[in-house]
Amino acid sequence: MTSTTLLLLSLLIPLIGGVLLSLQTNANTRDTISLVTASTLFLVVLGLYPSVLSGNSEPLILAEPIAGLALSLHAEPLGLLFATIASGLWIVTTIYGMGYMRGNNESNQTRFFLCFALSIAAAMGIAFAGNLITLFVFYEMLTLATYPLVTHKGNEEARRGGRTYLGILMFTSIGFLLLAILWTYSLTGTLEFTEGGILDGKASPTVALILLTLFAFGTGKAALMPFHRWLPAAMVAPTPVSALLHAVAVVKAGVFTVLKITIYIFGIDFIAETGAGTIILWVAAFTLTAASFVALSKDNLKARLAYSTVGQLSYVVLGAMLANAAAITGAAMQIAMHAMGKITLFFCAGAIYVATHKTEISQMDGLGHKMPFTFAAFFIGALSIIGLPPMGGSWSKWFLLMGSADAQQWILIGLLLLSSLLNIAYLLPIVGRGFFRPLPDGEGTGVTTIEEAPMLCVVPLCLTAAGCVVLFLYGGVIYDFLQMLIPVAETAGVDTTEAKP
Amino acid sequence: MISAQLPAIVLLLTLLTAPVCSMMRHGDHAWKLSMAAVWLSVVAAFALMQQVSGGVTLSYEMGGWPPPWGIEVRIDELSALVVVLITLFGALVISALRESLRTVMRSHRHSLYYATFLLCMASLIGITITGDAFNVFVFLEISSLSTYALIARGRDRRALVAAFRYLIMGTIGATFILIAIGFMYMVTGTLNMADLAQRLPEHTDNRVIQASFAFFMVGIALKVAMFPLHYWLPSAYTYAPKATTAFLAATATKVALYVMIRFVFDVYGVEFSFEQMRLDLLLIPLSIAGIVIGSMTAIFQSDVKRLLAWSSIAQLGYMVLGMSLLNVNGLTASVTHMFNHAMIKAGLFLALAAMIYRVGTSQLRDLSGIGRTMPLTTAAFVILGAGLVGVPLTAGFISKWYLISGALDKGWLPLAILLIITSLMALAYIAKIVDVAYFKPVPADHQPVKDVPVSLLVPVWIFAVLTIYFGIDTDMTAGVAERVAQTLLGVAS
Repeated sequence: MTSTTLLLLSLLIPLIGGVLLSLQTNANTRDTISLVTASTLFLVVLGLYPSVLSGNSEPLILAEPIAGLALSLHAEPLGLLFATIASGLWIVTTIYGMGYMRGNNESNQTRFFLCFALSIAAAMGIAFAGNLITLFVFYEMLTLATYPLVTHKGNEEARRGGRTYLGILMFTSIGFLLLAILWTYSLTGTLEFTEGGILDGKASPTVALILLTLFAFGTGKAALMPFHRWLPAAMVAPTPVSALLHAVAVVKAGVFTVLKITIYIFGIDFIAETGAGTIILWVAAFTLTAASFVALSKDNLKARLAYSTVGQLSYVVLGAMLANAAAITGAAMQIAMHAMGKITLFFCAGAIYVATHKTEISQMDGLGHKMPFTFAAFFIGALSIIGLPPMGGSWSKWFLLMGSADAQQWILIGLLLLSSLLNIAYLLPIVGRGFFRPLPDGEGTGVTTIEEAPMLCVVPLCLTAAGCVVLFLYGGVIYDFLQMLIPVAETAGVDTTEAKP
Repeated sequence: MISAQLPAIVLLLTLLTAPVCSMMRHGDHAWKLSMAAVWLSVVAAFALMQQVSGGVTLSYEMGGWPPPWGIEVRIDELSALVVVLITLFGALVISALRESLRTVMRSHRHSLYYATFLLCMASLIGITITGDAFNVFVFLEISSLSTYALIARGRDRRALVAAFRYLIMGTIGATFILIAIGFMYMVTGTLNMADLAQRLPEHTDNRVIQASFAFFMVGIALKVAMFPLHYWLPSAYTYAPKATTAFLAATATKVALYVMIRFVFDVYGVEFSFEQMRLDLLLIPLSIAGIVIGSMTAIFQSDVKRLLAWSSIAQLGYMVLGMSLLNVNGLTASVTHMFNHAMIKAGLFLALAAMIYRVGTSQLRDLSGIGRTMPLTTAAFVILGAGLVGVPLTAGFISKWYLISGALDKGWLPLAILLIITSLMALAYIAKIVDVAYFKPVPADHQPVKDVPVSLLVPVWIFAVLTIYFGIDTDMTAGVAERVAQTLLGVAS
């Protein structure tokens, strides 16, 4: 199959699957269709690897609404990485979602799985966007498709959370991102993603600085402070939604957008020369530090994980703004590593809720005795987020530290290490309490028995925990793949031989 | 043979059917006749569009009398686009009228209503296709009179006051236009627009011509509801019968805008209007004021009809702004938005008409929970609302893109930022409605309602689908608009 057909399929499969499953009345048929759609999509995405690796991928033009600006799809390494993560983890989340929604007896499950499918279609569109206008169209589509998911419960709290979610994301995307896109178009006459960027020679350093700042703040899904409030607000959603969309698809779409714009609109060399990333660099540094502190103060598990995500996302933005080979590699790797680690953590949070209806960490003493798999998986996911071997997260942290060293940003190295320490402080105690403290009196025995969550919940989280280890072992493969993003002149100047496993 | 007579056919179909309708006793028969006449006009309009595509201008002599003594009909791509707008959207609204009128008036009065409606449509088509300046005035008066009659039929007693207010202001406007035409005739001796375009450049220093320009601009600005002459619009739209508002919002102001564009760019000419008379200095601040005030007032309305009316004032401001930016992108935006906004607003008012049909009122608090009781109608409303905000993949995005590009082409970054802020305001008032419709509970004292019959639902959904269609395939809207803009501005394409 040609790459253009595969690109078209990557959009059509989730859309058609979504429509098909929404017409089913039998819950089992509906969930089967969900799974089949997810698996097929994953295969389609994998099918794109040969053409991207050989450099032969063709762009696919969908429509041309504005003269000279087509809606086009084009597969390239970074987008393919994001698409693989999103489609692969969609399979796992669908299984988990089945377990969670049935275990909790949630209502409106069909609407839930339909919006899931639409969101994934939008994420594919973002991953494979060939130019900024296509990216913008699918970015907005993602916001609108995930809104019913966030407000799923339909109560007052969900409505408020949904309002914050939609308000911040639409405000930043229309207010900043659209403005930046139009400005770029008027400066350069094109919006195509091009290797080496399109702004060289067309924008002065000051203009580039303002433009990149607008782009970064305009990508509200990257949760840079002060536009991060939507992420904790979206925790009113059921956990499968939080897991996929806020640990994987929505937030990853955000930082992916920032990274893609950095590489293909501005160009790594252009940013390094003009220092266009300076403001956002420090915003990201502030965000990752502040978010870690806030996470420490949260007792609600999902809230703590939400702020942890806010901080972890800034790692990617930080790497993008440093704009050297190691930092970019680390940033791209972080997209994959954090996805795997965070989804494990969210799965565990949801499993704990399904099994015990507990949401506060202070109530979770001793649960590890009753839910060993869940807490073991949580431990593995936590290690990946913290950045310790043998988990995948250690590679992305390593390259980000290398990138900071290459840029001689010693303060950043300090902040990155501080953040890792804070990660330990807010993640490991949860595991510690679970295993090393006894259950509170009156629980676990007699009337209320606690046991491990349903199989449909436990299996996915074990899979993703294993995934963290797998990503560590395959770090070298990912590294080699990502080198396609770095222009040749850059790699020549950086000595990374001893970093390859 | 027929194709050569198309310019006359597209006008006469509706014009001649109007008196026939008025003589019919049964509302249903009148409706069927109107439907036939209107949908045939749609076909004729598209055929005309086909004939003029690529920049051809058709010239047709009414009754065989050659201009400048006879009335010439001149149709170029811009006129064809506006004729399609009037006929297509009018046809969709008429389709919904039979059901909608049932609750408003008794059956035998329906025929009179259709007759007035057809007359309005015919006169609007006449304004668009005619090449004679005085003819513009005549048709303008016919359309205004029929509009006043249509508005006055509203059930609320305030409809009479609204219609009367519109009548006074509209007549003042039309009189000013008549004075302007009179002055032009006095100096040049001709009423044919193409002829005027050729003769006026010689008289640009003549005070009479400058005065005629001033009178014309004030008169037409009133018809376009440009700030500060917009006063008549909110009440007129709010109290008119439900479906009528859909038609008026789509056509009356857009045709007036067409007249403005035609006279400013073609008859008076770009050099006279902008370089000598500095029209842009007047239009830009006033249109910006209209946009900002319109959007802000809309946010605070509790009556959804009034909210959409104030939104229209803001959107008309966008169109006038695009026109006064004097670059291809700006004028493209103006013409594209003329079409897109007509489509979106007609759809929105029609969806609202469907809601009022069931619920009985257009107050926001009475529409709580309507997303659950009337899911199909509200879903269409959401899609159309997204088009109004300018969400990508809807038609509204296309016009907003061109407009902001036009502002950036002039290097006016603050204006671009302001346009984006006003888009966010539109998001605010649409989100307000969506929030109440889906998340608030149905008021306790309400009768249970269900969704509307198909005859009301289908036209609404056609509008919603068209909004998305013209957000993706823009050949007919932006493609035509760009060619028109290049021709009007005298830029080589």
